Amino acid sequence: MTTTELRPGADAPIAAVLPDGSAPPRRRRRGSPLVLLRGGLATLVFLVPMLVVFGVFSWYPIVQAAIMSLQKTNLVTDPTWVGLANFVTVLKNPDTWVALRNTGWFALLALLFGYPVPLVAAVLMSEVRRLRGLFTALAYLPVVVPPVVAVLLWKFFYDANPTGVFNTVLGWVGIPPQPWIQNAVAAMPSLVVEATWAAAGGTVIIYLAALTSVPPELYDAAEVDGAGLWRKIQHVTLPQLRGVLFVTLILQVIGTAQVFLEPFLFTGGGPNNSTLTILLLVYRYAFQNSLGGDYGAATALSLVLAVLLAVLSIVYFRITRRWSS
Amino acid sequence: MKSSRRIAIAGLAALATAASLAACSPTPAATTADGKVDLRVVSLIPGSDQKAFDAFDAQVEQFEKANPDIHVTSEEYEWTGPTFAAQLAGGTLPDVFTIPFTDVQTLIANGQLADLTDEVNGLDYAASFNPNVLAVSSDAGGRIFGVPTAAYGNALHYNRALFEQAGLDPDSPPTTWDEVRADAKTIAEKTGKAGYATMTQNNTGGWQLAVATYARGGRLETVHGDTVTVTADNTGTKAALEYLHTLRWDDDAMGNNFLLDWGTINQAFGAGEIGMYTSGSDIYTNLVQAQKLDPATYGLTTLPLEGADAGVLTGGTVAAVNIKADDAHRAAAVKWIDFYYMQKLVNQDAAVLDAKTLSESDQPVGVPALPIFDQATLDTSREWVKDYINVPQDQVQFFLDGIFDQPILPEPKAHTQELYAALDNVVQAVLTDENADIDSLLTRVNTDVQALVDADA
Repeated sequence: MTTTELRPGADAPIAAVLPDGSAPPRRRRRGSPLVLLRGGLATLVFLVPMLVVFGVFSWYPIVQAAIMSLQKTNLVTDPTWVGLANFVTVLKNPDTWVALRNTGWFALLALLFGYPVPLVAAVLMSEVRRLRGLFTALAYLPVVVPPVVAVLLWKFFYDANPTGVFNTVLGWVGIPPQPWIQNAVAAMPSLVVEATWAAAGGTVIIYLAALTSVPPELYDAAEVDGAGLWRKIQHVTLPQLRGVLFVTLILQVIGTAQVFLEPFLFTGGGPNNSTLTILLLVYRYAFQNSLGGDYGAATALSLVLAVLLAVLSIVYFRITRRWSS
Repeated sequence: MKSSRRIAIAGLAALATAASLAACSPTPAATTADGKVDLRVVSLIPGSDQKAFDAFDAQVEQFEKANPDIHVTSEEYEWTGPTFAAQLAGGTLPDVFTIPFTDVQTLIANGQLADLTDEVNGLDYAASFNPNVLAVSSDAGGRIFGVPTAAYGNALHYNRALFEQAGLDPDSPPTTWDEVRADAKTIAEKTGKAGYATMTQNNTGGWQLAVATYARGGRLETVHGDTVTVTADNTGTKAALEYLHTLRWDDDAMGNNFLLDWGTINQAFGAGEIGMYTSGSDIYTNLVQAQKLDPATYGLTTLPLEGADAGVLTGGTVAAVNIKADDAHRAAAVKWIDFYYMQKLVNQDAAVLDAKTLSESDQPVGVPALPIFDQATLDTSREWVKDYINVPQDQVQFFLDGIFDQPILPEPKAHTQELYAALDNVVQAVLTDENADIDSLLTRVNTDVQALVDADA
């Protein structure tokens, strides 16, 4: 028997590959009253809170959103069915494509800045013999800061006046003041830098945990073979972290595609829509541009984003399935 | 035993879940335990001075004493489009709330305000409202959905201390746009602060561009019968944007922050970072209550008007009632509106009591305003409280002397907030991109907003 034969998802059912070839014992049907009396009831009761909470706070809103995307409603007066008109509205809105482009730009920049930084930090920290706990705490500290507080703090840093924090630092080395979030070109990278600072700590912890599972003898063997730090990272660390790296990558892409907080609090989508993202546009549909609240269009755009991300995730996992196994 | 203990724990978990879910949807008490109508009203802007809240609480106490069957519960409140829309949709608005003139007609059309016709018509002064003002909160059939409580004209606010620091005379504020530009440039050069600033975000950029447009004789929409045409590319708007472009890029007189809205520009002005900006004539209250403005530094004058059809964009506040309010709450709500917002305008005793209460808490009395009824009523009500007026009148006299000679104009009617939102981007583009193409930006606003207007037809 090989482990691959038992891997879920293989063509043959698990029961068919029992080593002695005998038929597996027939399992009692789940849900029978006997099972409930033998402990299944307790399982069910334990399950109920989770099911109820998940149903009420996750699935019910999702179903409601799907229904609302086909309606014109302000949530006060009776809704009217409009079919796919909301989807047509959002897809015909030029701002949708601006938001899509900006969201993609944010995700790309976040990938370039934000993906390697935690990995490099984790690898370096794992090499440190002393004070590793201190470095870990320092790396995680930004995650502890409430996101709104962090953005308000960084607003001071990004003050475009010569007296702003970053501009003061630049002034020490003779660089003139920069506009940061007050300029359409510089605004999005500025947002990404803050977002990376705020989120990197969590990913560092994940990588550090994954690094502890790498067998030390692999590093010992590499050292015996004369490998230096970079070779060890290249041939031991990265291959061993492959599975975690693939998961964090797709989580980062999904997370950045739903970016809202930074553009909302830093720039409100400006200057001139240069930081307008999909979720910010959803917010504008629902709350900003129309007092009636175009909740139908808002949910329609949300569903479009959800479908895009679902398709992206499926394609990603299909492409990377072989690499990550 | 083990199993039954497990079931008991599981049962407790299920009960806790049910209790938590039940706690998520409390039903607000419509009446108090002793049978009084529990009326929820808005109070002051979050962050207001404690003395301001003390003054408000004192007024609540006076109201409850006069209406022993009503208990008032107050909530801090600042109208912003997004938070208001969320509260409206979520059903969490108090029974009485205030909204700007801009949005009343949209809310009436959407069926989101309570019909107050009977209650308002029962007020002594119902027939005395300025018809043009009352029309703001009435539908085409004359049904009344709110009570106009205050009106303002847009004006030029300036920081007298920065004027002095720059070597300018604060008692001789600018009277033309060229003078505004010259003073802004001087302030920026001499003090390092923004000589002139404008709002750009959350639809306020479009609002203030409308103010600048009207002041140059332009209009953002024209109405012929039932046909509305969006005219954002009019000469007044173009002139206003070119003016901003000159101040920003040629004079470097607008500072470095081009992402400002009503709240943040007030904050920056209160902190002494801005020399001049345009906004409603009534913001002195916010500047003192929430921004800790030193009254000695405040100056107010009229907008320069240039061009044949130039005028001052006006605005104001309407007190409205939650559409979900029942008869008892609606009646109590109008009593509160009458007491808190209106009596000080029509009743001498109430005016004096209101002014005395506010002044004892160092809150502004005598903020420049436009008449809700007529000029004589406004003058009389100011006369009643003249002993308590603490807004430095000599510093706002330029406005009071000039505003009543200026043409007062209402806001654009069709899709106002969407129009303002689209114009936000244009203002931001002009202030952050030296090569912004004003013509093409305005053409796009025309196209986008006209599509919304046409969709209504």
